[in-house]
Amino acid sequence: MTFDRRKFLKMAGAAGAVAAAAPASAAGASASLDGPAVLVDTTLCVSCRACEAACAEQNQLPAPPDTPEGGFPARRDTSTTAFTVVNRGSDAASDGSERFAKQQCLHCLHPACASACPVRALEKTPEGPVVYHADLCMGCRYCMVACPFGVPKYEYEKAIPYVRKCTFCFERQARGQQPACTSVCPTGALKFGKRSDLLLEARRRVYAEGSRYVPHVYGERESGGTSWLYVSDVPFESLGLKAVGETSPTQLTETALNAVPLVMTLWPPLLMGLYAFAHQGRKSSEQEV
Amino acid sequence: MATLTLPPAVKPWLRDHLLLGLTPREYVKSLANPWDLFAMAVFAIGIPLYIARFVFGLGAVTNLSQTTPWGLWIGFDMLCGVALAAGGFTLAAAVHVFGLERYHAVVKPAVLTGFLGYFFAVLGLLADLGQPWRVWYPLGVSWGTTSVMFEVGWCVALYTTVLFLEFSPALLSWLGLGKLGQRLAQLTVALTVLGVMLSTLHQSSLGSLFLLAPGRIHPLWYSPMIPVLFFVSAIAAGLSMVIVESSLSHRVFRDRLGRVHHDIDSLMLGLGRGAALVLFAYFFLKLQALVASHRLDLLATPLGAWYLVELLGFVALPCALFAFGVRRGSAFMVRAAAAITVVGVVVNRLNVSLVAFDYALPVRYVPSWMEIAVSIALVTALIQTFRFIVNRMAILEADSPHS
Repeated sequence: MTFDRRKFLKMAGAAGAVAAAAPASAAGASASLDGPAVLVDTTLCVSCRACEAACAEQNQLPAPPDTPEGGFPARRDTSTTAFTVVNRGSDAASDGSERFAKQQCLHCLHPACASACPVRALEKTPEGPVVYHADLCMGCRYCMVACPFGVPKYEYEKAIPYVRKCTFCFERQARGQQPACTSVCPTGALKFGKRSDLLLEARRRVYAEGSRYVPHVYGERESGGTSWLYVSDVPFESLGLKAVGETSPTQLTETALNAVPLVMTLWPPLLMGLYAFAHQGRKSSEQEV
Repeated sequence: MATLTLPPAVKPWLRDHLLLGLTPREYVKSLANPWDLFAMAVFAIGIPLYIARFVFGLGAVTNLSQTTPWGLWIGFDMLCGVALAAGGFTLAAAVHVFGLERYHAVVKPAVLTGFLGYFFAVLGLLADLGQPWRVWYPLGVSWGTTSVMFEVGWCVALYTTVLFLEFSPALLSWLGLGKLGQRLAQLTVALTVLGVMLSTLHQSSLGSLFLLAPGRIHPLWYSPMIPVLFFVSAIAAGLSMVIVESSLSHRVFRDRLGRVHHDIDSLMLGLGRGAALVLFAYFFLKLQALVASHRLDLLATPLGAWYLVELLGFVALPCALFAFGVRRGSAFMVRAAAAITVVGVVVNRLNVSLVAFDYALPVRYVPSWMEIAVSIALVTALIQTFRFIVNRMAILEADSPHS
């Protein structure tokens, strides 16, 4: 036998070390699915933008610009210095009045960003909010590729850049307060509460007898479900709320990642078998030196 | 203050090993040839830009944006660099595991190309990372085990090490540590097996990176099969790269070859046969992915036409060329097919990461001239390093390991 035992053990040992070093687990354990949530009733929003101002103050960001005469000419996006923005929808309601939607991180139940992060800089906390640990981030920006809503924003202009996004006022919530934005909403367009309660409330409004609402609660199932829920009487797309599908992106990579331990376990013996097969009856080409 | 005085034995060693036996003056003169001057011009632009990126930030040098987080440095330097470096594991497996000893002469250059390919891909990655000094965090600080990127990071780090170990016997023997090199060479089979395993994982995982963005990638390029497509096309790319690189080496380093590559054409035909088979499989895998997308209607759009160019012009065509070239014994056709395949894999990786990504955006990403200049500088640095090593170490020469 030309295939000696020592060589076999060497190879097996090397492969085993790798297998132990890189355990691939399925998508992160789901955090509390009934954590804090916000119900956004877009029929109640008057675009006072108090939420924007409160957010900026809370996060020590520049004060948002005043609304120009006749409203902002173009849709605005969240940015590294504005974690939330209120945009006018492209469609008016049936009575001709304008509709607005606040936009910010939706705090997914199974966040793609957190599952994509190679260093767990983005984390789905057990409490619910998806938070960012700046001290871990190496700046690969895979979270930005992963997020179906385009939420994480990057400080490209800085020499030491970080990802910036809404934190759901994690620290305020830890103190028992509600997020800055919902706490200042004067019309009840933003309602903070437990997700299951708000979901019931949303359904009650949307599916009520003679309801004007689009029969859908945006965020109930989108991308596997989000903490922020939207109801509207104009098409969600017209408010900038994208149709993202119901599959949680974390499921899409699970199959690929599950193949990793299989390859690590099966390839070495398979290849060593092929080696033995290819070298049978041949004089060892790797004699002792 | 101690002045720098070299021991008497060092000077001739430096001259022989670094300056190819020339005096410093002669050596500098020898650099005044068109290619080296071109390379110096490329570095004169690229290196300051590479440094500027760290001083002034990504925004000053790149056209990356909030909607396009990955640009040329990921799409080209990383994805293409790693795919084209797949010849290292492919040839090592063919020779050291499958026992195809005939290709022994091209293993070492293939492994060196592989190592340099990974090394410079990582340099490109360092430029792209926002905080490159934390590049090792996934290895040692915080394990994001649910991330495909985590797996890619581990595999690329380990495999680059494996490639360095595979290359190091030549390096050690150049340094006069041949004994140590021979001990390392005994690990060849184990390293090859490890290399095949790691390559299977990360070549496919570079495709898996895109699995979680179905809404942002054009349906003709998004497929649940993308890991398999990336892996199989990487093998075709690796084989083709070995053909291209051997053919070029055969011309450029004629004086270092001696009698080794006298039958290079027959080796090229053999590699071409393999590439034809791999591309044939890849073509039908692409067809399966296309049919499974249920979006054949999109073929009638401009991007659909571009998809067909990729599928027919850069997969079917070189596959047929390889097959005809092998049948007719035409090394020229095989080389042409290999060149088309190399370009084709670059086109595919750029299509997936840049063209198909967020294809519906009103403003599309186009790399800045500075990003392009840095990428060209990295490729040029790879070629120069390859030349430097081949001119000094036993890479192309037939080795006689059992003497």
